[in-house]
Amino acid sequence: MENMIEISNLIYEYTSEGRESVLAVKNVSLRVRKGEFVAIIGHNGSGKSTLAKHINALLLPTGGKVYVMGLDTSNESHTWKIRQIAGMVFQNPDNQIVATIVEEDVAFGPENLGIQPKEIRSRVEDALGSVDMLEYRKKGPHLLSGGQKQRVAIAGVIAMKPQCIILDEPTAMLDPSGRKEVMETVKRLNKEESITIVHITHFMDEAVEADRVIVMEEGQIVLEGKPREVFAQVETLKKLGLDVPQVTELADQLIKEGINIPKDILTVDEMVRYLCQ
Amino acid sequence: MSIIIENLTHIYNPKSPFETTALKDISLCIEKGEFIGLIGHTGSGKSTLIQHLNGLLKPSTGKIIINGLDITQKDVKLKAIRQKVGLVFQYPEHQLFEETIYKDVAFGPTNLGLSEKEIETRVRAAIEWVGLPFDEVKERSPFELSGGQRRRVAIAGVVAMKPEVLILDEPTAGLDPKGRDEILEQVKSLHRQYKMTVILVSHSMEDIAKLVDRIIVMHKGTVALTGVPREVFKHVELLEEIGLGVPQITYLMKKLKAAGKPIKEDALTIVEAKQEILNWMGRMKKC
Repeated sequence: MENMIEISNLIYEYTSEGRESVLAVKNVSLRVRKGEFVAIIGHNGSGKSTLAKHINALLLPTGGKVYVMGLDTSNESHTWKIRQIAGMVFQNPDNQIVATIVEEDVAFGPENLGIQPKEIRSRVEDALGSVDMLEYRKKGPHLLSGGQKQRVAIAGVIAMKPQCIILDEPTAMLDPSGRKEVMETVKRLNKEESITIVHITHFMDEAVEADRVIVMEEGQIVLEGKPREVFAQVETLKKLGLDVPQVTELADQLIKEGINIPKDILTVDEMVRYLCQ
Repeated sequence: MSIIIENLTHIYNPKSPFETTALKDISLCIEKGEFIGLIGHTGSGKSTLIQHLNGLLKPSTGKIIINGLDITQKDVKLKAIRQKVGLVFQYPEHQLFEETIYKDVAFGPTNLGLSEKEIETRVRAAIEWVGLPFDEVKERSPFELSGGQRRRVAIAGVVAMKPEVLILDEPTAGLDPKGRDEILEQVKSLHRQYKMTVILVSHSMEDIAKLVDRIIVMHKGTVALTGVPREVFKHVELLEEIGLGVPQITYLMKKLKAAGKPIKEDALTIVEAKQEILNWMGRMKKC
């Protein structure tokens, strides 16, 4: 299958005057296939966000290359094309909403692309429909809940007709129902509209939903695989200061007590099934 | 001594088209030294409630008495309230502003008019309490620190006021699991050592289950439920209906029980669940 994102030997160095420079990403190589759902986990300062910002050319490599649909991000003439292919959603919904009416906010991106008003109207409608926010189109964003605002932010990206969405901790500020709404939206966009997803999160139950989990530590990829493979390594993850889902940790502890169950249990239902055998 | 809230109602933008009742006739009592978990979905009234507790908002009607002081009376000095009740906002690191960490943490105590010596003692204790090396960081700019460290400096600024009640509004939002555990551990030790009353606002049912003595569940401006975690987390349907949930481990125990297994369904932590499952399997072997 074709690659959506290809990162080869990426190095990124933060420099600021009068201070030592910091290597935030150290020689990372990563390929993301079209239509894949990848989750990136790792503690604060591990380089996750820095890596993600390279995917839509918000940051340019100090060393190495990043290609999005074959386009080199360090070539400035590709920047706008790349940002249209790969849209980004950030942690704080309030920092991403620019207009006073939901549908105007969603129209902001396409307007900047110079698209005809009629086409914008239909894109906005489709985008709000696909995040299930159509009925709020005439509302002021300040009247929405966190989860709803974040879905509007996602709609703003979708109206650009991207093939890839990068979400940098989109649920960190949300309550449990808001988190659920956003995750369901993301999963649906991935499954039904085949949009490639790169999802950065501290919530392990969200990472469990991905096709592949990438664990970062000190600017490098230290672990990678299917959620089942990654989360079975309870000890390693704990050493890295990360969590595993509660049931996975319980499985690990029960195995230590001599109970015969697999160590890669990820969900409540799996655990129930094995314990009731 | 305690926090007593009597018939508290708060209406935003009264007598305008935007009139919203954020709190409806709330009455609550929080004992001195209690560790409270305050949960509720966005817009349930949690933030409006805690902003009343340190005088940032005044009730439309009703009374709030904190350790004997009626803070809703007109002539009460805000300084007196702030000394009793420390409020750590969401993302408190955005409020750091001084040139050095020392000055930032000292800002509150200085405004209380304390002596230089007392200020230094408090600042040192507060910075060390949040797990930062005082001598190393005191002269550094808060903006040189990582996000998690900045948040600790902000919390230290509130702790240095030596409040009797400490309120934290989602102190771990956006932190990684390790940073989260460290901050919660420190809150727990503060509660234990100084018998401080703590009110923790959180969206993480797992953290709430692990830490608090009692949960207060807010919904649509009222208290929907209150009780010890074991009681409150029994109400799965109600909690889900109002946009909340229970810890994953509690869901597991409920499903095992529903599958007909002889198991107590109210385990809240992994340790409890493990013990319960081992007991059940042990009993099975004997049969």
